[in-house]
Amino acid sequence: MDTNEVINELTKIWRNELDEDSIVLKPETTAKDVEGWDSLTNIQLIVATEKKYKVRFSATEIMNFKNVGDLAETVIRKSTNA
Amino acid sequence: MRHISLNFGMEFSSLRKNLKKDFSSFPVVKVAILGDTPTQLLHQALRGYGYEIGVSFDIFEADYGQIDMQVMDSTSELYEFQPEYVIIFQAAQKLASKFYKKPIDSKIAYAEISISYVSQLLNVINDNHQCKIICFNFAEINDSVFGNYANKTDASFLYQLRKINLGLMDLARETKNLFIADIASLAAYYGENSVFSPTTYTNTGIVFDIDFWPAIAKSVSDIILAISGKFKKAIVLDLDNTLWGGIIGDDGIENIQIGELGIGRAFTELQYWLKQLKARGIILAVCSKNYEHIALEPFEKHPDMVLRPDDIAVFVANWDNKVDNIRHIQSVLNIGFDSMVYLDDNPFERNMVRNEIPALAIPELPEDPAEYLGFLRRLNLFETAAITGEDSERTKQYREEAKRVTLQKAYANEDEFLESLGMKCTVKPFDKFNTPRVAQLSQRSNQFNLRTVRYTEQDIERIARDDDYTTFTFSLEDKFGDYGLIGVIILKYRGDTAFIDTWFMSCRVLKREMENFMLNAIVENAKSKGIKQIVGEYIPTPKNELVKDHYKGLGFTEKDGLWYLSTQKYKPFKNHIKIT
Repeated sequence: MDTNEVINELTKIWRNELDEDSIVLKPETTAKDVEGWDSLTNIQLIVATEKKYKVRFSATEIMNFKNVGDLAETVIRKSTNA
Repeated sequence: MRHISLNFGMEFSSLRKNLKKDFSSFPVVKVAILGDTPTQLLHQALRGYGYEIGVSFDIFEADYGQIDMQVMDSTSELYEFQPEYVIIFQAAQKLASKFYKKPIDSKIAYAEISISYVSQLLNVINDNHQCKIICFNFAEINDSVFGNYANKTDASFLYQLRKINLGLMDLARETKNLFIADIASLAAYYGENSVFSPTTYTNTGIVFDIDFWPAIAKSVSDIILAISGKFKKAIVLDLDNTLWGGIIGDDGIENIQIGELGIGRAFTELQYWLKQLKARGIILAVCSKNYEHIALEPFEKHPDMVLRPDDIAVFVANWDNKVDNIRHIQSVLNIGFDSMVYLDDNPFERNMVRNEIPALAIPELPEDPAEYLGFLRRLNLFETAAITGEDSERTKQYREEAKRVTLQKAYANEDEFLESLGMKCTVKPFDKFNTPRVAQLSQRSNQFNLRTVRYTEQDIERIARDDDYTTFTFSLEDKFGDYGLIGVIILKYRGDTAFIDTWFMSCRVLKREMENFMLNAIVENAKSKGIKQIVGEYIPTPKNELVKDHYKGLGFTEKDGLWYLSTQKYKPFKNHIKIT
């Protein structure tokens, strides 16, 4: 599982949760780049990501995610540990 | 409004997707949300759930932590919004943090303080604005400061929290327009891991897991639907493998599973539950592919059967199509398909019935009968907004009705039949004894209802006190039994005119000339008060076509959408009902 694969998968999740097929995520993408990604939908996105990869993020991790790449790397790290 | 959704375990994400959909054909219900923690997810879940049940919730959401400000200030956005429903959501976490700050002597009085706070909120809301209030109770959190000993000391948070939940129940019993959304039961059902999300709470202050909000939205919607007169009145039951295990026609009475035999316990408990529903006014009917005498045998003779022939209002067992039989049951009961539930273990039959009668609620029963009861409980099919003593009489009344139908066939002449019934009617204004029944009938009457304005007990009390109104209730009995209170008219006087604000009647007394009797009664009363003219109005709904020509038939004349009757020229209608 590499970062690109995860980001592709995250793109699908983002498109589904935000109901917007034009979304394209890149490692440097942040909430302000995506319409509809706000602090509320962020809860949905994080929960959907957790369900998809069967991981749990800590409160601190969630608060400190800088961008999509950061999230993808945390997914990879947590999945490998498991 | 569509029937109560049979979905549960919905995800928040699917409700949120509903927000973009077209709500324009749905009735609008205005709801205000007041919370002491962030409520955005409740707002979205409720609006989204509305789509599932065909309601457009128009929602005002106060910023969180503004409960006092919104309620106490009579010029607040809350009152400006004029909501039909106000939701008060206090979180158990907030409750705990306030509790912890109290010194020990106020800790033990914490429940009383909390209840009197809610009670004060209610009073202020009621002084400022007429609406229904839906208060959330508290998810039961044992903070484990005392362990199990929390149950043995009133200084524990758990003790006070449970006392508050009980206190809210008592408050709701005393306060007619207060309804409790039972978050505690929901949370117990879904369990701590599904209810709470510590990370979401830590990062956002939102107290519940994102996927618990849909369950709350359903609970709130169930209450609102029931208050708006949208609730289930009857359940139609299949027999083999639904009410007992096995097939009565093949296995015989000694081998069906009920009581101790096989998995009989599952069916016994289901029957106890159904019998409780019947006792509170839900009508039970049977629809089975069987010979009638074979199908009836367990009800009459099996020692372990809980349900007996007297419990079933309409019993249909034959080899006809189930759809036709259910239509027959519906016509005898005279209620809408959307207020009926159909229970059948057979997916094929369920689908066939569902295709033909989409308005029926047909639960997708689990395969294992052991799971039937838990599954049905969880659907919360039988939400109600009012109960009265007459509820438990309902089955008896339908059985009496079946006897009248038989008698009617013996008379060729309608007049002779009506005369033979020996009908007697009692007319009374609203009083404290009939208020619950009047309110209930106001919620339930759909077909014989001229304006379909729904009144709660609180509304009825207000109208009874208001000198501009004269109120009439009609209770009918005949030689077969007592129908109880079956009709209501509310007249509003303006000068020498009386406007018929409300006229509804139970469909059980159709074709008894009851409407003639009722009109005679109100004209006589109006005349005695010097009223010259009575004005009626018919407001069409999808369900009240029955009374489209009601006023025309009673000799009113139409002008600009209203119906007029002169009291001077009025000649009382003949009928076979004696006044008592």
